[in-house]
Amino acid sequence: MTRLPETSPTEPILSVEGLSLDLRGTPLVEDVSFSIAPGEMLGLVGESGCGKSVTALSIMRLLPTPPIAISGGRILFEGTDLAGLPEAQMRRLRGRRMGMIFQEPMTALNPVFTIGSQIAEPLRIHEGLSERAALERAAELLARVGLPSPRTQLARYPHQLSGGQRQRVMIAMALACGPRLLVADEPTTALDVTVQAQILALVDGLRRDMGLACLLITHDLGVVAEICERVCVMYAGRIVEAGPIADALGAPRHRYTRALVETIPLSNPPGRPLPSIPGNVPPPGARPRGCAFADRCSAALDRCRAETPPWTMDGARGFACWNPA
Amino acid sequence: MSDETVPLLEVRNLVKHYREASGARVRALDDVSLTVRRGEVVGIVGESGCGKTTLGRTIMRLVEPTSGEIRVDGVDFASLSGAKLKAARRRVQMVFQDPFGSLNPRHKVGVIIAEPLVVHGVPGAKARVAELLDLVGLPGEAAGRYPHEFSGGQRQRIAIARALALDPALIIADEPVSALDVSIQSQIINLIGSLRARLGLSMIFISHDLSVVRHVSDRVGVMYFGKLVELAPTSALFERPRHPYTSALLASVPRPVKDVVREKRAGAGLVAAAPGEIPDPANPPPGCAYAARCPLAEPRCREAVPPLAAVETGHEAACWRSGEVAAREPITSA
Ligand SMILES: Nc1ncnc2c1ncn2[C@@H]1O[C@H](COP(=O)(O)OP(=O)(O)OP(=O)(O)O)[C@@H](O)[C@H]1O
Ligand SMILES: Nc1ncnc2c1ncn2[C@@H]1O[C@H](COP(=O)(O)OP(=O)(O)OP(=O)(O)O)[C@@H](O)[C@H]1O
Ligand SMILES: [Mg+2]
Ligand SMILES: [Mg+2]
Repeated sequence: MTRLPETSPTEPILSVEGLSLDLRGTPLVEDVSFSIAPGEMLGLVGESGCGKSVTALSIMRLLPTPPIAISGGRILFEGTDLAGLPEAQMRRLRGRRMGMIFQEPMTALNPVFTIGSQIAEPLRIHEGLSERAALERAAELLARVGLPSPRTQLARYPHQLSGGQRQRVMIAMALACGPRLLVADEPTTALDVTVQAQILALVDGLRRDMGLACLLITHDLGVVAEICERVCVMYAGRIVEAGPIADALGAPRHRYTRALVETIPLSNPPGRPLPSIPGNVPPPGARPRGCAFADRCSAALDRCRAETPPWTMDGARGFACWNPA
Repeated sequence: MSDETVPLLEVRNLVKHYREASGARVRALDDVSLTVRRGEVVGIVGESGCGKTTLGRTIMRLVEPTSGEIRVDGVDFASLSGAKLKAARRRVQMVFQDPFGSLNPRHKVGVIIAEPLVVHGVPGAKARVAELLDLVGLPGEAAGRYPHEFSGGQRQRIAIARALALDPALIIADEPVSALDVSIQSQIINLIGSLRARLGLSMIFISHDLSVVRHVSDRVGVMYFGKLVELAPTSALFERPRHPYTSALLASVPRPVKDVVREKRAGAGLVAAAPGEIPDPANPPPGCAYAARCPLAEPRCREAVPPLAAVETGHEAACWRSGEVAAREPITSA
């Protein structure tokens, strides 16, 4: 089982232990473990299809079930296992204690309601605020996430906002009831780099100020290095390396992490060929036996194609590789 | 046809206005001028909606310009018609972002790649397809398979093979690696580099990813709100930006992992973020479109649009205060 050492002495807010997810019997995510302490930002990186979003959705218990189901493991949120929690209890947690922001804010915002009524709704339901008080709080939240003239924004509809503004509204909604955990699934991928930097700075500030535990999902290694303390690197449904940024990305041991860090243009002098990884990411259902990266790995041994590599600790970082760098 | 003294592509004062359903006019391209020399790769960067795709499509004549000139080998497309126009069009080909959407799912790869050859009545399509597949690093048997049998990176190779079929002088690549997995992007970037070396291709390389553009381009043009606001040799642009928007873009790009790791201190903040948002395209402000977000803005910036003007040899910027722009933190190579 992948285990991440606690770098912080405080109890983690979220602790995922040996989580596995299936799509009608086909494993999507296998034996994933990580934990997040209060005020910590953990990065989850990996290529398209490796299982980042389904992992996030399972934590929120928003998986489309069927076809996808939790097939093993525990999701401990403040000590309670969410994996088997009844939906009624889950709904209370989602609105108040846990918030989620998505890549495309339009999918989470309702086009026919004003921004104000959408932020105010959970405040009326969960906190029992009056309509007026809820709108007052909504305006405060919009100011908190840096939206100009928040009172005017309350009356606007989602389509009247820019992409960056919509993302701010979604963050305001996720924060409305003072959650302990924020799950952010590619919150800036649809945005431009200058707006991306604004949103990341906002989330980073909230984490510090409110002691939020944050899970930041992205495929952008540069973003993770910049903003997270620790990172989990996923490949084909498994965590292959995890630990502090300086170890896991600064001096990776797993061959996949190492190749990934080396191939990005950002790490290479312009104009010269990039080191590149041959082949393609195997889709679920076509993942090979042993290490799923073996077919693309320049250092693969026979053993890599036969047996799943065990989780190995090296200081504060762990990895699963038979022939580490 | 190719006189070495005439630039391969010359775009002059290109304007494209779209009319929205509401009647509002969107200035997708606002007086853009640009040349591409033979064998040169010019990168185009800028935020979403700034007009990058419109620029590419207008040069291809997939979209009619509102005004302005586009000359390929010194010949203005607008002056041509019939067979001459068809022949001239062969000189410019396009590669799109979505390698799946741009390939017909019902046709075999061989048919897809041969299509431009058939349209232009070029004989020997079969042999040429085999040659093209080899050129982009795909096995010959790929010709008999369908697009869905290939991964994203392989599909982008197929799209590139098709664009090369007619031996074009200029390729316009619109976000050719943006939809690909990180570990696949470098394969395609390397393919583009090797094709360039082998075929002497010229290219306009459109991307929102500055690190990718930096890697492949000889010169880079930065667009903001329908205008080219800076154009310079790649190293000059990254080391000495002369437009505040370029400088903000550079400061917003995540730094190389190694640099971050080295400099990461407990409690260190993030890179400076440029405040504010892009103006509403249907409601452009007078003066410089970047003024509302610009730390250097002064009254004249809100009154008069700064022209794109030379600030050094080969380096142009459209800013009244280009001499005072700080380099911030350009992304540095490891
Ligand atoms: N509703 C669904 N039905 C069937 N398969 C699904 C569904 N959602 C996800 N999958 C599959 O599960 C796997 C993991 O998907 P997931 O969306 O978690 O990937 P990801 O890591 O978030 O990728 P991306 O970077 O593209 O967002 C993929 O192979 C995907 O096709
Ligand atoms: N067919 C159209 N009708 C009306 N407006 C359009 C049309 N095509 C583009 N636009 C508008 O023109 C502007 C420039 O769009 P364009 O697609 O060229 O931007 P881009 O720089 O390629 O953006 P992205 O990075 O998102 O691809 C945008 O405001 C866009 O909404
Ligand atoms: Mg996802
Ligand atoms: Mg575009």
